[in-house]
Amino acid sequence: MSTQTESLMWHKISDSDGIVWLTLDVQDSQTNTLTSDVLLELSNEIALLSNDTPKGVVINSAKTNGFIAGADINAFAEMHSVDETFYGIRQAQDLFSRLEKLSCPTVALIHGFCLGGGLELALACDYRLAEDSLNTRIALPEVKLGIHPGYGGSVRLIELIGVLPAMGVMLAGRTLSARAAKKIAVIDRIAPARHLKRVARELILRSPSKQQASPLQKLLSKPILRPLIAALLRRQTRKQVNPEHYPAPFALINLWKNQPANRQQYFTAEAQSVATLIRSDIAQNLVRLFLLQDRLKGFGKQIDFKAQHVHVIGAGVMGGDIAAWCALRGLRVTLQDQSAERIAPAIARAHTLFKRRLKLPYLVQAAMDKLIPDITGEGVAKADVVIEAIFENLEAKQSLFKTIEPQLRADALLATNTSSIPLESLASCLTQPKRLVGLHFFNPVAKMQLIEIIYGKNTLKKWQKQAAAFARQIDRLPLPVKSSPGFLVNRILMPYLLEAMQMESEGIPIMAIDKAATDFGMPMGPIELADSVGLDICISVADMLASTLGISVPDSLSKFIENGHLGRKSGQGFYQYDHQNKRITKSLESAYSDPELLQQRLILILINECVACLDEGIVDDADLLDAGMVFGTGFAPFRGGPMQYTQKQGVDTLNQQLQHLSSVIGSQFKPNSGWEGLS
Amino acid sequence: MKNNNSKLAYPNRKVFIVDGSRTPFLKATGKPGPLSSSDLAVAAARPLLNRQPFSADQLDEVILGCVMPGPDEANIARVVSLRLDCGHDVPAWTVQRNCASGLQALDSAAINISSGRSDLILAGGCEAMSRAPVLLKPEMVAWLSDWQRARDIKAKLIALSKLRPALFVPVIGLLRGLTDHTVGLSMGQTAEILAHRFNIARAQMDEFALESHQKLAQAIADNHLTEISPIITSKGLVFEQDNGLRTDSSLQSLAKLRPVFDRQGLVSAGNSAQVTDGAAWLLLASEDAVKEYNLPIMGQIIDTQWSGLDPSQMGLGPAHAVPPLLQRHQLTLGDIDYWEINEAFAVQIQACLAAWQDNDYCRNELHLDTALGTIDSERLNVDGGAIALGHPVGATGARLVLHLLNVLHRNNAKTGIATLCIGGGQGGAMLISTEGEKS
Repeated sequence: MSTQTESLMWHKISDSDGIVWLTLDVQDSQTNTLTSDVLLELSNEIALLSNDTPKGVVINSAKTNGFIAGADINAFAEMHSVDETFYGIRQAQDLFSRLEKLSCPTVALIHGFCLGGGLELALACDYRLAEDSLNTRIALPEVKLGIHPGYGGSVRLIELIGVLPAMGVMLAGRTLSARAAKKIAVIDRIAPARHLKRVARELILRSPSKQQASPLQKLLSKPILRPLIAALLRRQTRKQVNPEHYPAPFALINLWKNQPANRQQYFTAEAQSVATLIRSDIAQNLVRLFLLQDRLKGFGKQIDFKAQHVHVIGAGVMGGDIAAWCALRGLRVTLQDQSAERIAPAIARAHTLFKRRLKLPYLVQAAMDKLIPDITGEGVAKADVVIEAIFENLEAKQSLFKTIEPQLRADALLATNTSSIPLESLASCLTQPKRLVGLHFFNPVAKMQLIEIIYGKNTLKKWQKQAAAFARQIDRLPLPVKSSPGFLVNRILMPYLLEAMQMESEGIPIMAIDKAATDFGMPMGPIELADSVGLDICISVADMLASTLGISVPDSLSKFIENGHLGRKSGQGFYQYDHQNKRITKSLESAYSDPELLQQRLILILINECVACLDEGIVDDADLLDAGMVFGTGFAPFRGGPMQYTQKQGVDTLNQQLQHLSSVIGSQFKPNSGWEGLS
Repeated sequence: MKNNNSKLAYPNRKVFIVDGSRTPFLKATGKPGPLSSSDLAVAAARPLLNRQPFSADQLDEVILGCVMPGPDEANIARVVSLRLDCGHDVPAWTVQRNCASGLQALDSAAINISSGRSDLILAGGCEAMSRAPVLLKPEMVAWLSDWQRARDIKAKLIALSKLRPALFVPVIGLLRGLTDHTVGLSMGQTAEILAHRFNIARAQMDEFALESHQKLAQAIADNHLTEISPIITSKGLVFEQDNGLRTDSSLQSLAKLRPVFDRQGLVSAGNSAQVTDGAAWLLLASEDAVKEYNLPIMGQIIDTQWSGLDPSQMGLGPAHAVPPLLQRHQLTLGDIDYWEINEAFAVQIQACLAAWQDNDYCRNELHLDTALGTIDSERLNVDGGAIALGHPVGATGARLVLHLLNVLHRNNAKTGIATLCIGGGQGGAMLISTEGEKS
């Protein structure tokens, strides 16, 4: 009787045991996502299966990279009203409930990515079976987009493993390996790829009793205990994030605390909560940034380039960490410096990184074997990519380039990690000046996703594209940036840091200055950031920028350096640090009468410089500038980046505020000419 | 068919040495050292391969000598080859001829290059003696098996009642390995036998040992040990030089050391080779490979000789292996520009030198017409030896040849012999030349 048409995305096969295998293969995409078409087709399939119940159903994926990477995020950005969103979510919830109600055993067979809505689909199955592999990544990362699970996942996960473990997974959007997921029972079974199908069949034929939360965890979910547990969870979460900046985790806790007794109504409440969150500016900003990542990734797809061997010159903090990161990503790396002693700290740091990331000893060893100390610099002649990361000195860098240029392979990418020296000045010493690109990494390399791809006036497009492709190969986000003093990120940060130092010299407590920034949503205050970067590095970048930006370096900064106080690395900068490098904040004054003014001064001077960068075309557009500042500095992501924030506050409002500050505080706030072009 | 003494080891194609590298030798401190045998081999080979114009997967094979690989290092050559990114396609095999395992690797590589089977081979030796296994007694293994089979409380109690403190006494793998069980003698005891036979005094041994340290100290001061590549451990420790060297040694302090093998004997820790961790590699190539990759020629392996003798006098191994090698090439002791004779024990080298000067020994044991003669002490172990820098058993053979090349080049000399004694009663000797064109 069905008017069912053949599914395009779901391939259905019945095997000799009477088990139906539903395999998702989204067309024209390398990755499975839960688009509306996918859900509609699944709905039809479930309807058929309910009418004619098979022995069991296995849901799996035809994609090599994974199961299902989640809901269709593009659709999030397109939904227009809370009601429309709510309706969409309810439909998917209803579909998953029908899957859950199938009278035969159901198995989700997971490999690779199983994220968000994909995991929620798996949670609606009776059993979850995952490949025991490093590639298996299981998570409910919705909070990172300013929402929480909405396809019944929050309800089902808590039923399955109990409130505390479930909240542990959902509140931070933590990614689980197959083994970690098995340990907390999100996954029922794990097996190597070679056994997966047989284990899936066994699960259906033997249908063991289903996983459910332990009696203790069930007790914690009793209505009488919920307020207490919720308060506890809120307190824990508040240590990580500010509820005003990131309301989603708190909404999730509230949803659970106030859950209706009726399960159906609980689902409805979940849908309502998510629908409200999605429409908030915060979620829209986070979703926009998520999609901007794809745009940055696109820069790496313009050319076919796969490096096998990277040579890094300079084993300091940046060079050493770049080398370690490349080895972690599977490249052969030669790391050059003048002596074994200079390379040794980088090797030790790499080992710590590999142990933390790879865990299994044989993988740690393999990564260590790929990281090759190279005192004599033999790697220069063999590498596909050569990255210069020695100290910031034009003459030293030029003399190095002159030595290595004749040794380079003709097809090797030559890059510098300079943080401020204009590319043109460096390249002028080369016989092929068009060859040099900047690969500007950020510290700490293993954490900061952005790499500025610096191009000069004459840099050949081919090398720029290779540099961007290389950034993608090592799983970083490339952002093309025109060469000019400070490039994008450092140039924007510098006036902001100097303004903070200016405020310090006015006698404003440094704790109050930093608090103004962290209250805005910065991951770290400007004073602590300057200490962390190193005051010597700050001053050299500031000197480099002084003439172009018309900034002046405060006397206090030079004093610190004269006294050997270089910031965190020397134990003393604006702050003092203990022997574990932790900031000592005890006995420091943190009160200030007008915190709003502090925040205004910091943010406006930063935005003013952003506007100048846009005006000068340092990056192509405001979206890219926002992406650069968020992924390169951690600029409050929920605000969507400085330009998004500017639009939200109103261009005219901020312009007027700048003019006001420039008259009452100082000329550094004089609006840049770029404001005229903004609408 | 005992005619092998007259035949060349590599009768067909020439065997060239194009490069080589070793780790610093790290003296064992009683605890497991910072690097395993394969770690050492990897550390020595990475800089070597990194400076070649070809990639590691262009090797035809990897041959590695090692006496006691760790439990995770079955066919350690293959483990190392894979860790060096030589790729799945490059075969690798491990050789073991006790103290000459590293020399055996070079010999095996040379044979394969000469025969035409291979063109480019990474060959060497490695040993982490500090990580030699400590084992359970067989009785303890039997008890553990009973314990695992005991199912109920009663059976467990019965098994427990059979547990004795003596069962826990460990078997020290290193000591067992350095003992010849066919004659019931430790290596040091075989050295004591030589001291007795050739009437060599304790003072002579100590003098030789002191010179070994002094020569090594001078070589380090003159920056002569260019074959060493520094090691950086994963904890960030750096090793740049052999650390067994004692600059505070004197005849008086050496004389005070107690004999360690025979209580009333003469052989002390001070006049014996040190227990040490290390690895050494050579890169061997055929003429075709030299042309293909435009490789520099450091030297050539001309010939190799292996000889057997009474295990209780194994230290005389070099005395037996060298004469046939000289005869085959119509050479005398004096024709050899430089010598590397491994310093397993000071007395053992001194016994070899004495044997060559002894008419009776040369006639009766070496089947020569007359005494072989003497070698100039200025041309023997010019930069010291295993007494000062250690004897990681699997690695030493490769180190001797690598360093001999260094010495030959430094002195613009042509011909050298590297030779060592081998536990179990054998000697091995390799004749090398710095001339690339002449066979």
